[in-house]
Amino acid sequence: MTDGPDKSAEEKTHLAQREGGTQDASLDAVLSETADTREVIGERRGMFGASDGGDTSGYGGLRRTVTLPGATPPPYGGWMDEVAGALAKATGENGLESAVEKVVVHRGEITFFIAREHLAAVARILRDQDDLRFEFCAGVSGVHYPGDTGRELHAVYHLLSMTHNRRIRLEVTCPDADPHIPSVVATYPTNDWHERETFDFFGIVFDGHPALTRIEMPDDWPGHPQRKDYPLGGIPVEYKGGTIPPPDQRRSYS
Amino acid sequence: MTQHASTGADPYAATETETTQGKVYTVTGQDWDSVVTGVAEEHDDKIVVNMGPQHPSTHGVLRLILELEGETVTEARCGIGYLHTGIEKNMEYRSWVQGVTLCTRMDYLGNLAYEAAYCLSVERLLDIEDQIPEKAQVMRVMLLELNRIGSHLVAIATGGMEIGALTVMTIGFRERELVLGLLELITGLRMNNAFIRPGGVAQDMPAGALDEIRDFVALMKKRLPEYADLCNANPIFKARLVDVGHLDLAGCMALGITGPVLRSTGYPWDLRKTQPYSGYEDYDFDVCTWDTADSYGRFRIRLDEMTQSLRIIEQCVERLAGLEGAPVMVGDKKIAWPSQLAIGSDGMGNSLDHIRHIMGESMEALIHHFKLVTEGFRVPEGQAYVPVESPRGELGAHVVSDGGTRPYRAHFRDPSFTNLQATSVMSEGGMVADVIVAIASIDPVMGGVDR
Repeated sequence: MTDGPDKSAEEKTHLAQREGGTQDASLDAVLSETADTREVIGERRGMFGASDGGDTSGYGGLRRTVTLPGATPPPYGGWMDEVAGALAKATGENGLESAVEKVVVHRGEITFFIAREHLAAVARILRDQDDLRFEFCAGVSGVHYPGDTGRELHAVYHLLSMTHNRRIRLEVTCPDADPHIPSVVATYPTNDWHERETFDFFGIVFDGHPALTRIEMPDDWPGHPQRKDYPLGGIPVEYKGGTIPPPDQRRSYS
Repeated sequence: MTQHASTGADPYAATETETTQGKVYTVTGQDWDSVVTGVAEEHDDKIVVNMGPQHPSTHGVLRLILELEGETVTEARCGIGYLHTGIEKNMEYRSWVQGVTLCTRMDYLGNLAYEAAYCLSVERLLDIEDQIPEKAQVMRVMLLELNRIGSHLVAIATGGMEIGALTVMTIGFRERELVLGLLELITGLRMNNAFIRPGGVAQDMPAGALDEIRDFVALMKKRLPEYADLCNANPIFKARLVDVGHLDLAGCMALGITGPVLRSTGYPWDLRKTQPYSGYEDYDFDVCTWDTADSYGRFRIRLDEMTQSLRIIEQCVERLAGLEGAPVMVGDKKIAWPSQLAIGSDGMGNSLDHIRHIMGESMEALIHHFKLVTEGFRVPEGQAYVPVESPRGELGAHVVSDGGTRPYRAHFRDPSFTNLQATSVMSEGGMVADVIVAIASIDPVMGGVDR
């Protein structure tokens, strides 16, 4: 599979951000053009990512934004254009023009960002329409981006068309303050347990799910464990006079 | 739980308690007679039985809530979560390479498939998919197939045990021991191997391993037909399995069922053929299907797949014989090095050669050593989902990176978890004894279900 055509521009942006910005005006222009489309999810400080302890490197003031690959302009290459075209046509015919927020092609995988209010309708189109026919859903899982203001919670669906032997990814976002996403269980019954799991771990409420209860954690468990603000837990371990803090409190270099 | 105050009372007798939902019996042993008498007095045919989570026939800590009318199951529901260990969350606090050690503990029977799915996803994010050395690819395929044989043997063995075919269990575990011996020889561990790493595999083949594998293949070619002789036409075996746990293709599609259960409907969907990874397209093997969509078909598929796995292993051994001394890890030292820590002869710490190199010969090597030990390598931003055909079906690792030295999020689409949803539709309307057969034909591993 091939990467999207914007790879070189994207890599350039990537590189520039890695190096902590640049004075080059022409590159700045490229940056501002493509950086808009990248999804900002946070900020990384310093050179080595250590968030505690004194930074003696002199790079402590460095600030870099952490971004995810942004929207890819068409053409996407190969079968991806067929899928995107068929989906655009079908959503247009059904009055869902605003359903696809953006399309990201990265590392040979295509991701459709779907507006959450249209998810259920889009899922039905993707499953039933002959030229799409994504009859198999590999479930949903959540990703929590606390730094992605207004879009903190992402639900990620992986669809497979066995008919055409293609895979796509759907991504739906919702704010932490209003964690609601429509359920697709009516279209993909397999998502019953997957949505329960995502609710359990991330607190995303899938509206229309037949029985949205916790599945892995006990029913009376407080909080949603796989959110980034939920601590990993653990106790310090003492060995030969030294104390090793639990993994989530150790110095990290991300 | 009610305590028996009087010393003369039978401590294992059923106890009764009145609740708002009706009478609740706590049964602890061979005392169903008192329950039967009690229910007969109530004139209520409906009884809700809680089976598990500690029950020998539920493949681990699976809890079943069955509503029975006589011996017919009218409703079946699963309760899971008893083996949830937060592996996915833990992976977010370890380096990319250490993630392998955690994810291999999910499904303890098909563990190498988990390592493979995770590493393939990380490699896609690193954009080094094309750089994985041939020998690493071949070793991965061979290990995955050995693992598949081991996993299918346990599926058949425990499935046999649950219906009383104890010989199937003993011979199944006998052969699995051989597989575990081979895995130990190659990876150093019987289970939880953590051998497949981002960029390749941890070590080269040990001396003499190829001969051992050839012996194993030759032995299994004799032994696998014994399973067929013992079970395939066995009237008791067939009476318990045929037409039990029926699920057709439409049901499989709706419920997202993959693996042997899907192939038992006659649909030849196997990711090794349809979406090959790790060079599976280079091997000669058949996708096994059956057309009865029942437990018997799934048993036959598992048996046939082991034969096909032997075929693949034979081809791997031939290729490995010609790859003596070839690299098993990607050339980029930053990715390769954390997986290839050479340890000293006493098993403690780095090898003296490495210490000599970083302390005495190369300052750059010392810097890289320090950086890689404290941080690990970085993986570019993005997300990837690479599915593999695990012994139980489509296993995908959805890996998200924020450009850091740790996975931002790792989620495993576990086939056991998804396939277990079919319990209700497979067992409702059938006999209570068939629930066990239906679940055995799904072959869930609770470590993978709960993660």
